[in-house]
Amino acid sequence: MRATVINIEDAVVSYREDIALRGVSLKVESGEFVGIVGPNGAGKTTLLTIVNGLGKLLSGRVWVLGNYLTPSNSHSLRKKVGYVPQVENIDPRMPMNVREVVMIGRYGLLGLFRKPGKHDWEIVDEMLELVGMTHLARRPIGHLSGGEQQRVAIARCLAQEPELFLLDEPTASLDWKAQTEILELVKRIHGSRRLTTLFVTHDLNALPVACDRVVLMKDGLIWSEGSPDKLLTDDNLSQLYDMPVSAVKRRRRETILV
Amino acid sequence: MDLSIFGYQFMQNAILSAFLGGIACATIGVFVVLMHMPFIGVCMSHAAFAGALLGLWLGFNPLVGAFTFSLLSAAIIGPLADRGELNPETSLGVIFSLMLGIAFLFMGLMPGTKSGALELLWGSILTNTRSDIIFLGIVTVVVVGLVFIFYKEIQATIFHRDMALAVGIPATLVLYGVLFLTGATITVSLRSIGGLLIFALILNPAAAAYQLTYSMKRMFLLSAGFGVLSGWTGLLFSYLFNIPSGATIVVTSSVIFMLAAIFSPKRKVKTWQEKPVSEEQ
Repeated sequence: MRATVINIEDAVVSYREDIALRGVSLKVESGEFVGIVGPNGAGKTTLLTIVNGLGKLLSGRVWVLGNYLTPSNSHSLRKKVGYVPQVENIDPRMPMNVREVVMIGRYGLLGLFRKPGKHDWEIVDEMLELVGMTHLARRPIGHLSGGEQQRVAIARCLAQEPELFLLDEPTASLDWKAQTEILELVKRIHGSRRLTTLFVTHDLNALPVACDRVVLMKDGLIWSEGSPDKLLTDDNLSQLYDMPVSAVKRRRRETILV
Repeated sequence: MDLSIFGYQFMQNAILSAFLGGIACATIGVFVVLMHMPFIGVCMSHAAFAGALLGLWLGFNPLVGAFTFSLLSAAIIGPLADRGELNPETSLGVIFSLMLGIAFLFMGLMPGTKSGALELLWGSILTNTRSDIIFLGIVTVVVVGLVFIFYKEIQATIFHRDMALAVGIPATLVLYGVLFLTGATITVSLRSIGGLLIFALILNPAAAAYQLTYSMKRMFLLSAGFGVLSGWTGLLFSYLFNIPSGATIVVTSSVIFMLAAIFSPKRKVKTWQEKPVSEEQ
């Protein structure tokens, strides 16, 4: 049996007036690829942030990589958790190049007062190679397209040499080709680097076929979980997204075209 | 041109103040520009001005008042910036106008001549004393030293605060550290440049450097260079034409920014991108 690496017990999270998670429990085993699916505002991103200790729990507890997260240890545990946040607009004039941005992934590991050495730059270059961005390594980060930025974010996350791989909507706002490429990349990395992956998306097109398990979320709760083929039925999706079954069917046909 | 003036003690003090103040302000400016918080700097400099006036009015050291007030405003502003509010400008606008209001209130309550208050408003680098310079020197060394020591943490925080946190960098601490240093820099430069104008010396050199480079290290260096250049050129004009030094320093720094913006390679990229569109028409 595989070891449990994430165990969320009855987590409640609230931002201001809104309750983002209303008592969520989830276990993830080492090496699993879990897809977290649900409409906007379902609490998917919040679920990721409580795993890397950025989200604040109102109640419940989270066990990650052998420890319960507390305000004092979340800082050091976070270094083992790779997090690819949602793409944000990066200032096109930001004075940093791609290589420097990927290096940020190593900064936490390096700790205070230590400058990146030759070994760190080698890892950075290796990760850029892995995501196919070597040719753009010296480009200013703000000049890259959405898909390229996403690859850089993945390289940065891997430069951290994480054990957990958390991706938040990595394919949102990308065109079809870039979406497919990012999905294949994530799948390949998950397999080759033996990571435990949580993949958040609102978009079923983006759900990798490689998912071992799918977690459906709605209104801050886990609505259902199980294997992708059993769970992703037209009926389930129609309830999850509040859409008539016929509309779901039409959408899924479109998906197959992709 | 008679340059014997540079032999005088007060002029040497002024040259040294412009050098140190230029470096400290311009370094802080890089944070202000890259972390997109110009309004925060404006707010803090007016708070410092209000605090200094309180000191003048009640008879304690204006610099203590300035530092306390700028830190107080940072304590209010910090959480706004930290939470990443969509529109912190509204709250900042309220704090900014409040600080200006308080400053003028203190000025009105102050008995007797207002020349000391006006000096804090416009700044007068020519009356800087040795102790002013020592304070300025200490803050400049601390600011530059911290940037040097914590460069990678600072770089990561500037790039993306949440991401820096996610890789295990104490980004919140860096943010508050930057606000603290901003307060300290504004306080020690208040006498030379003045509460109303100090912000230009923070923003303009960094904004000019931002136009010219894609390397953050170079941006820090260029910005400091522009800061010192603004200070010295402004000082020279102030002496030559007998006009307030704070004003000449600020105008010089603005001219440097305008030149940088005109010759910016980053803007050329834009016109180059626009070309294909016009060709299609």
